[in-house]
Formats: sequence, structure tokens, C-alpha cells
Amino acid sequence: MTATAARHEAPARRFAFRTPWRRSTLVPYFLVGPALLCLLTFSVLSIFVAAVVSLTNLDISGLADYGQVRFIGLQNYQSMFGDPAFWEALGNTAFFVLIGVPTLVIGSLAIAIALNFSRSRFFRALRAFYFVPAITAIVAISLIWGNLYNSQFGLLNWLLSTVGAAPVAWLTDPTIAKFSVAFVAIWRGSGLDIIIFLAALQAIPPEYYEAAAVDGADEWQKIFLITVPLMRFAIFFVTVTTLINWMQFFDEPYVLTQGGPVHATTSMSYYIYQQGFRYDEFGFASAASIVLFVIIGVVTALQLRNRRNADV
Amino acid sequence: MVRRRTGPFLVGALLALGALLTAFPFFWMMTTSLKPIAESYTYPPTVLPSTISLDSYLRLFRDFDFGRYLVNTVVVVLIGFVGMFFVAMAGYGFAKFRFRGKNVLFLLVLSTLMVPIQVTMIPTYLILNSLQLTNTLVGIALPTLVSAFNIFLFRQFMTTIPDELLEAARLDGAGELRILWSIVLPVSKPILAVGAVLTFITGWNSFIWPLIIANDQQNYTLSVGISLLNKQLAINPPLQMAGASLMVVPIVLVFVIFQRYIVQGFTMSGLR
Repeated sequence: MTATAARHEAPARRFAFRTPWRRSTLVPYFLVGPALLCLLTFSVLSIFVAAVVSLTNLDISGLADYGQVRFIGLQNYQSMFGDPAFWEALGNTAFFVLIGVPTLVIGSLAIAIALNFSRSRFFRALRAFYFVPAITAIVAISLIWGNLYNSQFGLLNWLLSTVGAAPVAWLTDPTIAKFSVAFVAIWRGSGLDIIIFLAALQAIPPEYYEAAAVDGADEWQKIFLITVPLMRFAIFFVTVTTLINWMQFFDEPYVLTQGGPVHATTSMSYYIYQQGFRYDEFGFASAASIVLFVIIGVVTALQLRNRRNADV
Repeated sequence: MVRRRTGPFLVGALLALGALLTAFPFFWMMTTSLKPIAESYTYPPTVLPSTISLDSYLRLFRDFDFGRYLVNTVVVVLIGFVGMFFVAMAGYGFAKFRFRGKNVLFLLVLSTLMVPIQVTMIPTYLILNSLQLTNTLVGIALPTLVSAFNIFLFRQFMTTIPDELLEAARLDGAGELRILWSIVLPVSKPILAVGAVLTFITGWNSFIWPLIIANDQQNYTLSVGISLLNKQLAINPPLQMAGASLMVVPIVLVFVIFQRYIVQGFTMSGLR
């Protein structure tokens, strides 16, 4: 490392490098500029716009004529905290996070370790099956699962009937619907987590396992004493991203149940969507979206801090 | 000794069972899409269609405007590939240059991953509206044009490109865009493949933005078209499943072909 570094400092000091480097002080900004402009317009700027809108009474008539828009202070926030539906949505989101995140992280890790168990062609062919749900459109998925869950001609109830069980109201019973919706999201979300875990697994040097085998370690010991500790960063990364995704849980309730039956699957995100695009209360919806954003920020920051403390 | 043999076999068998269960909904989608309408309502349901019928697929193009939706979707995907060039530029900038504010800007990029789409929906609509881009294909593609996750992947990968390579080109007097195009991008093929597949998937599957931004049937994408099939009064399972297949099959093909690069790309991004 030091040898190559030294070799490159020499010409730099002498001539040619001065000019390119000085010119390059603007080059990096030019390189990152277009992407940042795009990204920041539709995220950071959006947050500021949402924050401002959340203090107004902007609704559909305000959208047509900005002259009607008034600043109303924290009224949106006040009425939101007084709305039982808001608290129910918050509770539902907590339920989905508590069900979804541990299942996904542990399940995906287990499947990834199993898939990495052998490098044979058979094992590699199996991977694609696990990845596919992650890359398919939610609209298509909703149609497929809507069909499977259907209470009249759905396959699932027919399978239950063959073992003599009573039909289940998969999407129409408030409690069962929560689980049905979460299950589809788990099924769909596992693929990406498995890909990330597999990539991390393949980066573990095989020497560790060979050394462990020499010491007489069995497969379980290899998993818990070598694999899992070495995967700490991947597990952390997947946990944080999965948690963020589930706090924003939206697609499945939107397409499968429209937040119902009786709000049972209304997540925070769906609540925001409903207020904003069904009732056209843009100000109120923006207030709710700011609250969700703050919750996500706090939870993520806590996790980052825990990790830093754990490493010290 | 016996364990050695049975271990992989048992794991393989369990995985195969899991794989079949995971993939079953897609198998069900394909077979149902080929059933004649009457058969799809029969009870008990049939697993394989008794007669194969392509009617539902034909109806998508004849009775609905799926030809146009397909073209629109492809255009949205292509616009996404333009965005990927911006991503590559940014990845190169963050990986190979030192500049004031770099760390803050990169942190800002990563923090956008935390912003829920529900926060940005209304402001994005207002912004696009003021740019007069609502109800256009460019407007549909713009909110997801640049992906923060891809910038992260590209930066991680490009950090591993040896400086010697770039410095040699600079000594030859090549400009930075030229270096990006003729040196950085060719060595970054694995991550480009990952980026291209992820960009394709994002554009192809995009649902919320076309739903909000396209008011006119002319600008609908496949996903919006298919969601209309869900809203029809009389449920027609084969038609719905044909629509779903039309969306799912191309993506599965792309994915199976490029699968190798995807896992490889994630591995090389140094995520462990």
C-alpha cells in the first residue's frame, strides 16, 4: 500500500497533477450535482414543503386557488391527536412492525444460511424461487393473493375444506385480515433480505470454517459461533432497512383491504394517504406525515446509537 | 459420518419445499390466466386448465388499451436508465474525489431513504404541477429517477477502483466525464448490471406515482391498467391473472438472466 502511494506522490509534486487537481475542485460538484438536485428536490425539499403545508388548511379548494389557504398554526396536529383513528393507525403500525420485522430478519437469515449451505447447482437454482416475490409488482401480487384469499372460490379455503376445516374470512375478519395482509408483505419482503444476507455470507472467508472443522465444530456451532457474529453488520443493516420499510407499511393494505375491514389494517401510511387523497385534507395529511417521519427518524437514530454503544 | 451425507440432503429438501410454496402463487397465476372464464369459478378449483385458452390475453389488448400501457411502461423504464447515468456520476464523485461538504452530502443522500413516500406525495405533486409535468411520462419517472440506494451501491463499488488507473488517464489529459465513460464505467460492469436490473424493476413496477400523476388514460402504465381490472364489478379471474402475468413474466425473465450479477454486485459492494 505505502509503496504504491509513494510512487504516485512523486509525479504529483513535480508537475502534471497541479492543474488537474485544481480544476477538479469544481468537478466533483458537477458530478454529484444532477443526482443530488433530483434526489433533494423530491425528498428534502418535499419535507420542508410538507412541514409548511401541515400548518395550513390546504385542501382541494386551496389547491385550485392558493388565495384561500390560511396558516392555522398547530390546529392540524391538535385535531389529529384527538382523532381515535390516528391512534388506531399508530397501534396497527406497531403491530405490523412487531410481527413483520423479527419474522423477516430471522426468517431471511435462516433461509440465506440454508441456501449457502452448499454451492451445488441445485442450491443455486433454488435461490431464484425465493427472490421472485421481491421483484414483482405489488399490483400483480394483490390480484394473485386476492384470488387465493377469495372466500367463495379461493384456493386456500378449498384446501381447508379438504381437511374438514371451516372456511376462513381471510380479508374480511378484522383480526385475521391483519395477519393475512402482514403475511403477504413478509412473503414479498423476504427476497431482498435474503439477497443481502447471501451476499454477506459469500464474503466470509472459507478459512474460518475450515479452521472450525479442524477443531471439530459441528454445523450448528459453525452457524452460531462463526456465521452470525461475522454477519453483525449485515444483520444490523437489514434490521434498520426492514424496520424503516415496515414503519411505512402501505402497499398491501392499500391493494388488498383498502385499510379495512373497519380500519383493522389502516397503517399510519394508509391513514395519511386516506386523509390526503381520499378526503383531500392536504394540510391535515401533511401533519400526519411529519409525525410519521419524526417517529421513523427517532427509531432509526436510536438504533444507530445502540450499535455505536455496542461496538465500543 | 452419516450426518455429513444427510445434512445437505435434508437442508436441500426443506429448501425445495419452501421454494415451491414461495413460487406457488405465480404458478397459480399462470395456470389461471390460461383457463376459460367458466372454469375459473368451478368448485373445487382445478389446478391445471382443462383447455388452454389465450382469450384473456387477447382481451387485454383488444378490449383494453394494454398495448399503449405497455409502451408507456417501457418509456418510463428508459427514462429511468438516463437517471442511472446521473447515479453513476454521483457514485464516481463520492467515491473518488475529496471536496468540501462531501460527508454531509453523502449522509443527506442516505437519509433520503428514510423519507416515507407519504411525506413526499403531496409536495411532489405540487412541485411537478408547478413544472407543468403532471400527466406526462417524464413526470411519472422523475420522482424515482435517482435512487439513493443505487448511489450507495455505486459509491461502494467504485471506491475499489484503483486510483492508478484514473491518474494514468488524467496524465494523458482525459477529462473527468471521459474517464467516467471510458474507464470507470467499463470496470464497473457488475454494479452497472445490478443498477440496471434495479432500475428496470423500479420503473416497470412503479405504481403510486403513475396513479397520482397520470390523470389521462393515455399516460397509464401497466400497473395502473392492471389495478383497473381489480375495480371491475364482475370479477374475472383469468383476465386479472393474465394482466398480472403480463407484468410479472418479463421481470422474472430479466431477473433469472441477471441473477448471478445481482448477488455478485451486492457482495462486491462490501456489505458484510
